[in-house]
Amino acid sequence: MTPPRDVAVVAYARTDHQGPAEGLSEAEALLPVLHDALAQAGLAPGEADFTCSGSSDYLAGRPFSFTLTLDAVGAWPPIAESHVEMDGAWALYEAWVKILTGRADTALVYAHGKPSAGDPRDVLTRTLDPYYVAPLWPEPASLAALQARALADAGHTGEPPGPTPGPPAVTDGAAAVVLAAGDAARRMCARPAWIRGADHRVEPHALGLRDLTDSPSTRLAAERAGAFRAPVDTAELHAPFAAQEAVLRRALRLDDTVTVNPSGDAAADPLMVTGLIRLGEAAARIHRGASDRALAHATSGPCLQHNLVAVLEGDA
Amino acid sequence: MPENLTAPLVVEFPFTRSLGPVQSAFLTGLRERVVLGVRTRDGRVLVPPVEYDPVTADEIRDLVEVATTGTVTTWAWNPSPRPRQPLPRPFAWVLVRLDGADTALLHALDAPGADAVRTGMRVRIRWAARREGAITDIACFEAHDGPAGHRAAPHDGRFPDPVTSLTAPARLEYTYTPGRAQSRYLDGLARREILGERCPSCHKVYVPPRGACPTCGVATTEPAAPGPRGTVTTFCVVNIKAKGLDIDVPYVYAHIALDGADLALHARIGGIPYDRVRMGMRVEPVWTGDGRHPDHYRPTGEPDADYESYRRLL
Repeated sequence: MTPPRDVAVVAYARTDHQGPAEGLSEAEALLPVLHDALAQAGLAPGEADFTCSGSSDYLAGRPFSFTLTLDAVGAWPPIAESHVEMDGAWALYEAWVKILTGRADTALVYAHGKPSAGDPRDVLTRTLDPYYVAPLWPEPASLAALQARALADAGHTGEPPGPTPGPPAVTDGAAAVVLAAGDAARRMCARPAWIRGADHRVEPHALGLRDLTDSPSTRLAAERAGAFRAPVDTAELHAPFAAQEAVLRRALRLDDTVTVNPSGDAAADPLMVTGLIRLGEAAARIHRGASDRALAHATSGPCLQHNLVAVLEGDA
Repeated sequence: MPENLTAPLVVEFPFTRSLGPVQSAFLTGLRERVVLGVRTRDGRVLVPPVEYDPVTADEIRDLVEVATTGTVTTWAWNPSPRPRQPLPRPFAWVLVRLDGADTALLHALDAPGADAVRTGMRVRIRWAARREGAITDIACFEAHDGPAGHRAAPHDGRFPDPVTSLTAPARLEYTYTPGRAQSRYLDGLARREILGERCPSCHKVYVPPRGACPTCGVATTEPAAPGPRGTVTTFCVVNIKAKGLDIDVPYVYAHIALDGADLALHARIGGIPYDRVRMGMRVEPVWTGDGRHPDHYRPTGEPDADYESYRRLL
């Protein structure tokens, strides 16, 4: 399917996150990132036709935590705004669809995460099946280790897995991108990163129903996003745990000619922001002329449960 | 500049979930030491059972009983169990395909060490002594060197006194950080000072400040000192006693526009009978004892403010 409109990522900014945010509120941490992205696109706060954010109340430990970040957006008088209780990659997807339908020409998309407020090892168990799995409180690293073992047993990774990895580093941070359609995009950016396709698919939620050595949802999302129509030169993959990269590489048919994760290791990025960062970094590489066709991937849930794939291209 | 504040925050939420016919039968079965699965139209047996076929989305209700023995399909050693996990000592997380099932169940395996665990090893359920109809009725799995269990056998899923809902208590502990602007504000209140912040773009004064101007979307970094006196813009009479709050009802809760502020804050009104409070009444904050914030606002005795002076802050 060819998208009915040309929509591009025209700006991208992220916090330089190293560890817990230094006592800043989420709105305070977000402000400089929003201003950076908006300035790149030449937009004033509140000027984008649509605003969409991604974050999780469970990480923040308070209900409707995202509403407080709207102070940083210039949301009064009321703007057209939406939020996903997910990684910001899915906020970008919603904004992309909004622009494709012709209801907006520009969109601000942002994500923020302050996992240092709680303990993600406990918090993330609350995203699991509440009947059969959540009462056991299995932390993400253990579930990923089950997958790593399955991969090693199936011969998909070189060596048997070592000890269960510790929890990923807890980093706080935020990221923002600006999307724009057609001529607006060309005005805002010398080399827009055109979104040629994007799709997301989910595996069954019961771990035991899945083949943990494969990611059919990633493959299907990539197919629907048009990823296999032509080779990509770059792939930004969201693999929270190292062994998962092997699953993604196979599902996405990435060979040695593809530069994978030139922006760095996704495991170091803040929860709820990582996927949007993958998309933003792939776009920024196209902006810089370092890539002509890039794939960006985001994931959510245990063991790569839910996967989003987008294909971005620069003009020749 | 004060240090940014932090405070412990505990969130507890006991969700009660209804189970539906398949999950009710499965969890009631565990209470009775029976493991039920569900058979799909193409003959696969799913354990734990789901209500809809994940491939075809068919509603599936064809219950079968499987064995309490099975095979480990993958595992991960857990050297440092978290408090609410199944075992208090190091254990292996396992996916176990019970004999008679085609899919695997997540649980804990009690084992002396990682060396004693391998993919393909045979295990059996160790039942919890006290069972109530929950996945934790399986205490854990343990190694088993007996024969393979039976094939899946039809089961009507009927038990006396079935469990129909599940209460899932959760308790999560956080450290709340209000941020730069609110830390400064709260720190000021503790010194009996009211500190607002001014938007550098539209010049509105926000109190309490949240760090950004919601109209302009910029940081409110200029300090401002509104009040301490202000005007009641609107109010309500509270007739329901709040849990854990030692205030007699009825009392008045009001929006108060401090002098020089462009946003009303809210606080309790004291020092005047509840039915004498009115819009436009002039008030001032009252700190009591070593309180870190005003206990309430009381009338100043000044003439009431003109409606036009606070109309835009209503």
